[in-house]
Amino acid sequence: MATLTADAPPSAPAPETRRGLSWFAERGPAQFIAAIGAVLAVWIVLFTMFRGRNTLALAPADTNALHNWLSDLQTRVGEGRNTNPLFIYVFNPIRAVIDAFANGIQGLIAHPVGDRPVPYIGWLGVVVLLTYLAFVLANWRIALLTLCGFLFMGLQGLWQESMETLALTIAAVAIALLIGIPLGIWAGMSNWFNRLITPVLDFMQILPTFVYLAPLTLMFLIGPAAAVIATLIYAVPPVIRLTAHGIRAVPEETREAVESLGATRFQALHGALLPMAKRTIVLGINQTIMCALAMVTIAALIAAPGLGQVVIQALSTQDVGTAFNAGLAIVIMAIILDRTTTAASERVEVERRSFSGPNRFRRPLIAIGAVVTVIAIWLSYTYQLTAIFPSSLQIGSAHIGLDVGAHIINVANSVTEWLQAHLAPLTNAIKNFVTAWALDPLQTLLDSSPWWLTFAGLTGIAAIVGGRISALITAICLALIIAIGLWQDTMDTLAAVLVATVAVVVLGVVIGVWMGRNRRADQIVRPFLDAAQTMPSFVYLVPFLALFSASRFTGIVAAIVYAAPVAIKIMADGIRGVSTETVEAAQSVGSNTWQIISKVQLPMSARSLALATNQGLIYVLSMVVVAGLVGGGALGYLVVAGFSQTSLFGKGLAAGLAIVLLGTILDRTTAAAARRIGRTGQ
Amino acid sequence: MRCRAFAAGLAALVMLTAGCNATKVSDLQSRGSLAPGSKPCGTFNLAINSWVGYEADAAVITYLAENVLGCTVKEKHIDEQIAWQGLSTGQVDAILENWGHDQLKQQYIDNMGVAQSAGSTGNKGQIGWYVPPWMVQKYPDITDWHNLNKYAEVFRTSESGDKGQLLDGSPSYVTNDAALVENLGLDYKVVQGGSETALISSLRQAEQQKTPLLAYFYSPQWLLSEVPLVKIDLPKYTPGCDADPAKIACDYPDYDLDKIVSTKFAESGSPAYTLVKNFQWTNDDQNSVARSIALDGLSDDEAAKKFIDANPALVAKWLQGTGAEGQP
Repeated sequence: MATLTADAPPSAPAPETRRGLSWFAERGPAQFIAAIGAVLAVWIVLFTMFRGRNTLALAPADTNALHNWLSDLQTRVGEGRNTNPLFIYVFNPIRAVIDAFANGIQGLIAHPVGDRPVPYIGWLGVVVLLTYLAFVLANWRIALLTLCGFLFMGLQGLWQESMETLALTIAAVAIALLIGIPLGIWAGMSNWFNRLITPVLDFMQILPTFVYLAPLTLMFLIGPAAAVIATLIYAVPPVIRLTAHGIRAVPEETREAVESLGATRFQALHGALLPMAKRTIVLGINQTIMCALAMVTIAALIAAPGLGQVVIQALSTQDVGTAFNAGLAIVIMAIILDRTTTAASERVEVERRSFSGPNRFRRPLIAIGAVVTVIAIWLSYTYQLTAIFPSSLQIGSAHIGLDVGAHIINVANSVTEWLQAHLAPLTNAIKNFVTAWALDPLQTLLDSSPWWLTFAGLTGIAAIVGGRISALITAICLALIIAIGLWQDTMDTLAAVLVATVAVVVLGVVIGVWMGRNRRADQIVRPFLDAAQTMPSFVYLVPFLALFSASRFTGIVAAIVYAAPVAIKIMADGIRGVSTETVEAAQSVGSNTWQIISKVQLPMSARSLALATNQGLIYVLSMVVVAGLVGGGALGYLVVAGFSQTSLFGKGLAAGLAIVLLGTILDRTTAAAARRIGRTGQ
Repeated sequence: MRCRAFAAGLAALVMLTAGCNATKVSDLQSRGSLAPGSKPCGTFNLAINSWVGYEADAAVITYLAENVLGCTVKEKHIDEQIAWQGLSTGQVDAILENWGHDQLKQQYIDNMGVAQSAGSTGNKGQIGWYVPPWMVQKYPDITDWHNLNKYAEVFRTSESGDKGQLLDGSPSYVTNDAALVENLGLDYKVVQGGSETALISSLRQAEQQKTPLLAYFYSPQWLLSEVPLVKIDLPKYTPGCDADPAKIACDYPDYDLDKIVSTKFAESGSPAYTLVKNFQWTNDDQNSVARSIALDGLSDDEAAKKFIDANPALVAKWLQGTGAEGQP
């Protein structure tokens, strides 16, 4: 998601926001809370008077003229597909090129090619090649991780599926970089282009994938092209944003110095800006890879082969173990790719700063590795044993089974069954409590107030939290939501999103403080956070449904699992960023641990808290559709229904747009708040 | 580090020498050889929708097409709507179990003429409201819809407020449930489960934990052989009683599940088309294969083989006219 919107400092803050420091800067948190309280009090009083009037309700199966028009449009485009010049001259050639490219990579490592019953490079070649690449790009530790990780996927019995996923990811990421880096450079050099492309990127990241899957298969047919493009839409924004950010972050003095030397734009870019931005660009590549992997299960819905396919098919028989096994392979792949690119960006930085050459062992090792890699690839091209991952090994007379996957599946299934059988009464009680005391009241206030009251209330809160510009954006987006006819569903979704975000922020503060103060805790917890972020949510939907029934709360829990890690990581970094001198000074005047946390560390990481809230919201919002699959209803359900039923396509698309509008309100308001606190902090 | 590289090199050498008597890739055979006497089949693009009953149909068809007719079957795991789209773009040759979908039929069969029906699968699809078996033991009169209001309180959940909950499922199917609840004067609220997964999990858990649940469900479905859900008797369906969607107050009709093929495929003369057209079996047949897949953990191929070996007469009927009669 928009991980990076908040990381990137505002390039050119509007003068209004600078003047409008108001609440936090001038009046402090007490006044801020009082103001919010006043708005809520007035809202509640008016709510009791006008409850249930003008709520703009629309039943799930009902549609309005706009929704019908959009559905008809899709039908008409579909019917005219084979004669439409746009398809014949634009979409078909694009499809042909991408299909050829993706099939080429599939044939290299994943699929049989022509008469050859196996791909060109077998498992041994791929494992050695990837290990070698990890060594060259990162270091020997990451290389070891890569070696073990990919062998493990083979032992899971998922070699071919893993390679299909890897091939599709490579294809999508390669195209994303081809498009993204030039656009990012342009956005880095040109202010108007940057302003133009930022909302487009927001739109691409927040619009739920379900909305455009069906149109994509209409344009690019069922096959690699549609899957690659669906992945691309979601995965290209980070690399564009971070490339632009990296170039913009080059200090003004450096730019001026380069210009004063009479360098042309190209020389400046090539000689100074790009090298200095290299580390940030590599981080952008990292984010793009992670986003591409996040699409694996969704792309499986339009026949993309790979691990996602295993997850989806296991779901139809409620086989949690098999889904978990495949999900685990995705997690391992994500962690390997993440660590490799992160280490690569650090290496880039170190090599740029220290002009000393690399370690003296490195060069000969790289040469030896290249030779070993070539031999391994040749072996895996030629011999069956090194081409097809063996399911057992015969050494002498000993027969060793290599099927780790079956054990993982059994254990996961037993654990799930035990949890479902023993925890369900407790978890259902938790669900009922939270629903009755938090979700229901909030949802009623938002969706049973007359629309004008909710409109005014939300705009007022946006003004207090984010300032005048935020209030304006909120008002415009709310008006658009009314115009597309999904007001009440949007308010229901907003209620669930807010409840989930509160939980995410609380977890972020509690676990983030713990991790920030304790290195050991950080080391233990971090891998679990990575796993929660990359494990496809489809894997844990079945146990969650058993534990919490089909309900709005189930969707909220799924959103918390996905969004809390981000908030926790940001908070942990923030707490660690508080200077040790300040903490020691507080200790020397006799403050106890609780006082240090509440009076020193938390207030000093207020900007991190705001950022964690912003990112938490955006991540929660990306789970709205998943929530729709498990009883969340509202916008998420409408998007899912639109994907499945032709007659509801238009309404699903409208629901997708409503999610984007809601996201814009929440993102802009909290980002503005984060900026204000950041400035006050300075 | 040096050790590692050395070890890797050594391993490579070992494999190189061992490789002299190892099987070469070029010795492997590719899949799907042609049976003698049959017409050439080529590639057969089969849409696979995500429910297990469909998978059972697809398993036997794929098995026969590959092993008897020598086709290269390309299975495409896609949603229903996208499968229909595939008929028009030439990427899908056949859909094996279609549930109604009048609107799609109108678009692709009547308006565009790119698809046609290949007859019934012989399966009867039944939609309705179901309760877990333990509830019928405890409340024997619950299966009559007249008594539903009496039990509304039992079905209350966090999602339905002060009404009973009727859990709806798969968003890909149009339901009349909201209208039914209103027109029958039931004190219930329709809650959108949002997916088949949500429905199956809820029903399973309801039986295991003995919690009350009233849910929209359908047969044939493999879950029914694990949890024998009981159908609620709604007012009987009569032709035309569902003409006005807003005024529906009767049960769902029985659906004749049919096969849809692309016109191009039907006219291609492929033996795979003949096989699809001949294919017909009973709900029990489908359930037996679905159970092998969903509950006994057999692969699609194993489940199909088991069924085919046990029903040679039926299979022979399906293969009539393909040029491969009596092969399996």
